[in-house]
Amino acid sequence: MTANTATQLSRRTFLSGSALVVAFSLSSRAFGQLAGGGEGSAGPAVVAPHLPGSLKSSPMLDSWIRIDADGKVTVFTGKVELGQGIRTALIQVAAEELDVPPTAIHLITADTVLTPDEGLTAGSHSMQDSGSAIRNAAANVRMLLVREAARTWNVEPAGIDTDGMGNLTGPEGRTLGYGPAASSLSLHVEAAADAPLRDPARYRTMGASLRRVDIPGKLTGEPAYLQDMRLPGMLHARMLRGPSFGTRFQSSDIAAISALPGVVKVVRQGNFLAVVAEREWTAITALRKFQDAPFVRTASPLPSGDVAATLKGLPSRDIGILDTRNATAPAASTVNARYSRPWLNHGSIGPSCAMAHFQDGAITVWTHSQGTFDVRRVVAELVGLPPEKVHAIHVEGSGCYGQNGADDVAADAALIAWDMPGRPIRLQWTREEEFGWEPLGPGMLTELEASLDTDKRIVTWKHEVWSNPHNNRPVGAGGVIAGGEVAKPFPVPEGKPIPMPEGDGSRNSNPLYDLPNMQVTYHFLKDMPLRVSALRSLGAHLNVFSIECMFDELARAGGVDPLELRLAHMKDERAREVMTTMAGRFGWQSRARGDGVRGCGMGFARYKNLGAYCAVAMEVEIDRETGRVRVRRAVAAVDSGQAVNPDGIRNQIEGGIIQSLSWTSREEMTFSPDRRTSFDWSAYPILRFEDMPDTIEVHVLDRPGLPFLGTAEAAQGPTAAAFANAVADATGLRLRDMPLSPERIKAALGAI
Amino acid sequence: MTIILNVNGAERRIDAEPATPLLYALRNDLGLNGAKYGCGLGQCGACTVQLDGKAVFSCLLPVAALEGRRITTVEGLGTLDKPGVLQQAFETEQAAQCGYCIAGMIMRAQALLDRNPSPTETDIRAHMQPNLCRCGTHMRILRAVRRAADMMSGKLAILESGQ
Ligand code: FES
Ligand code: FES
Repeated sequence: MTANTATQLSRRTFLSGSALVVAFSLSSRAFGQLAGGGEGSAGPAVVAPHLPGSLKSSPMLDSWIRIDADGKVTVFTGKVELGQGIRTALIQVAAEELDVPPTAIHLITADTVLTPDEGLTAGSHSMQDSGSAIRNAAANVRMLLVREAARTWNVEPAGIDTDGMGNLTGPEGRTLGYGPAASSLSLHVEAAADAPLRDPARYRTMGASLRRVDIPGKLTGEPAYLQDMRLPGMLHARMLRGPSFGTRFQSSDIAAISALPGVVKVVRQGNFLAVVAEREWTAITALRKFQDAPFVRTASPLPSGDVAATLKGLPSRDIGILDTRNATAPAASTVNARYSRPWLNHGSIGPSCAMAHFQDGAITVWTHSQGTFDVRRVVAELVGLPPEKVHAIHVEGSGCYGQNGADDVAADAALIAWDMPGRPIRLQWTREEEFGWEPLGPGMLTELEASLDTDKRIVTWKHEVWSNPHNNRPVGAGGVIAGGEVAKPFPVPEGKPIPMPEGDGSRNSNPLYDLPNMQVTYHFLKDMPLRVSALRSLGAHLNVFSIECMFDELARAGGVDPLELRLAHMKDERAREVMTTMAGRFGWQSRARGDGVRGCGMGFARYKNLGAYCAVAMEVEIDRETGRVRVRRAVAAVDSGQAVNPDGIRNQIEGGIIQSLSWTSREEMTFSPDRRTSFDWSAYPILRFEDMPDTIEVHVLDRPGLPFLGTAEAAQGPTAAAFANAVADATGLRLRDMPLSPERIKAALGAI
Repeated sequence: MTIILNVNGAERRIDAEPATPLLYALRNDLGLNGAKYGCGLGQCGACTVQLDGKAVFSCLLPVAALEGRRITTVEGLGTLDKPGVLQQAFETEQAAQCGYCIAGMIMRAQALLDRNPSPTETDIRAHMQPNLCRCGTHMRILRAVRRAADMMSGKLAILESGQ
């Protein structure tokens, strides 16, 4: 049996008996700055810059869409499902522009053999990259089908329509199915940039809240996750590593572990150590035995100062983001403020997992990484195989919200499998490992200064941000943990900033507001005292927090309503409409005014100044005894351009609000000089049900026919600011360092 | 050692080390995917199943202690073709993002509705407190549990089959 058929067989075994074949066959990924991901990665080359989305790098129609003779439609995407609902949204896009029912579409997601390389599934890029590509590819295919029918019937294409069911219709009641029409067509042609898109007034599928195709299986215990894969002959592995990145256990008795009944092997490659067993519980027992030893730190000690001291102690490369000079009235009042956020954990509920199988000189890796094609590059370099001998397939994992342990565990599994040919290896990271070893969301610091004139116009705006790179996605073996452990370690690549307009630590440091005399500087800190990489929204979380808190601080200093001050400095009509819609739904004018206990606050941003517009307001109530904040209600308005699935957008924004509330009010990765000390949920608490707002309302603005705007990260910054502004309104206290925890609020209240 | 477990109404014989937590027996010996590994520490609820009707963390329960006890997993509540009441309610409310926490959420909610078919909002929040969700699906989960309670009490219709 060849490696390929083994892979196919295994995959089939895995899928057989599952009614969820559709769920597994859809998935996706983006590329570089121009079209995809927006977070580095080794994206594919742009070969057709005039085409929309990822057609720029994969312009041939048959890379995206195939139609069988029986009319069955298969759509391919290089993006992946992360729980954001992209699978369903892409099916809707394809169904709309092909004009077929969504149930007629079989979607295949990122697979290095089957799908286009669309770089990372990240940065709220999937609809812009893959959605735009599929939309236009589908419009091209529909155009070709219409032309084919015109040729067959010898009539003008203008007289031909489609019926929404996969048929072409022509004069005198003529009909032709897509299958027969497609069988005399080649889709191996480059997309045209101007294929006619369907009229939004006639949409059948886009804009409808189609129920997500992946949810039923997830509610009934169908195999929906990589963690659920079981391949014949599969072995269970656990990594044998120290308690956190930059540590290892001393003097563990490897021989004794190897000799445990049921242990198949302890794999050792330099400092890379893993135990492999027939049964999962045996592997866990072996791991526990291994951990029963003292550990040593192998890297420099972790920092001991606060975020500001730590970051300001690092050498900085200063990058100018904005420098504008305007004549204005003189400043009448000036506000200075410093804001910070600590290091955060992604906190995926399911720790990272991977499956790998090395056979006949080729390796297959099943991964829930956001960069399936990067996993192939990493694994190829790590084990020294040519990339075509590495097949990476995306299978869904738990929500990741950025670079968690997914890439590392995929490389780990591949290295173990490479050492044990013939047996599929399932490697599950532990909860403690995910906390201790994953790349964290970077700690950050900002300093802002802004002035108002006597007419309450902002006349100067200065924003400085200090941050490590958020862009450490692995594109080679040096980017994963295993690459540093093997006998001949791979050098860790130097972190690089992501240039604007996407930015990383600088993301959203450029206000969308119409402000004069703006000076924005990114102090890029390449030396990383803690292992860090992308966390949902990157620097936008703290930058938007800072800008939007500063607006409220200025409003307070000038005695102006916070919403009025924003609107007075905003020219973008869509931004204004998002803010006024939110304000109307919230009842901003008649809101409860800060009275020591209750208060209201708002926040706004357009994600990256390129993606979705999002405004959030909330009303809070403070328990002055405990410092606990109850969010009575949160109201958001969002403009994502053409909304493909409004309920999907609401779900993402609701989730973003809750996650950002948790980051902003509760979370902080703790560490001592020798290790990370947040190693489980008791040492890294996140919000639970009793901390939830009473209500969350999300209003999706309807923008028929307008380009898709990435949404998944849009709520993170505005929510953080709305929370801090509401707390300030309620208490009169301005807290600027995250987390705005009950302890800090209580301490601040006690001090007045 | 051979252990007989009563899972979703059927006697299942497994051969496992007595200390093996139920979670691994369900997933690896019985091929059931509903209970998920989230922490193995009793802190997140991803592994929640019902034991004699009560919601428990299957990652903490050694199989040796479970003979003769009634174990229910999300697979025992319904199937794709015939989803149970909570499964229908979660589907209607689209109460999932990644969904990794959801089977555990459903099992914890089932334990509540079994003993209190018309819980208040406060009851639901307090009861669901042990289970974590990182995607922030909480508001939808709460709505789904309320909907299921309304379905059980006849205020809302229950579907005969899923479709
Ligand atoms: S896996 Fe059992 S409580 Fe987390
Ligand atoms: S839906 Fe993803 S963890 Fe709850």
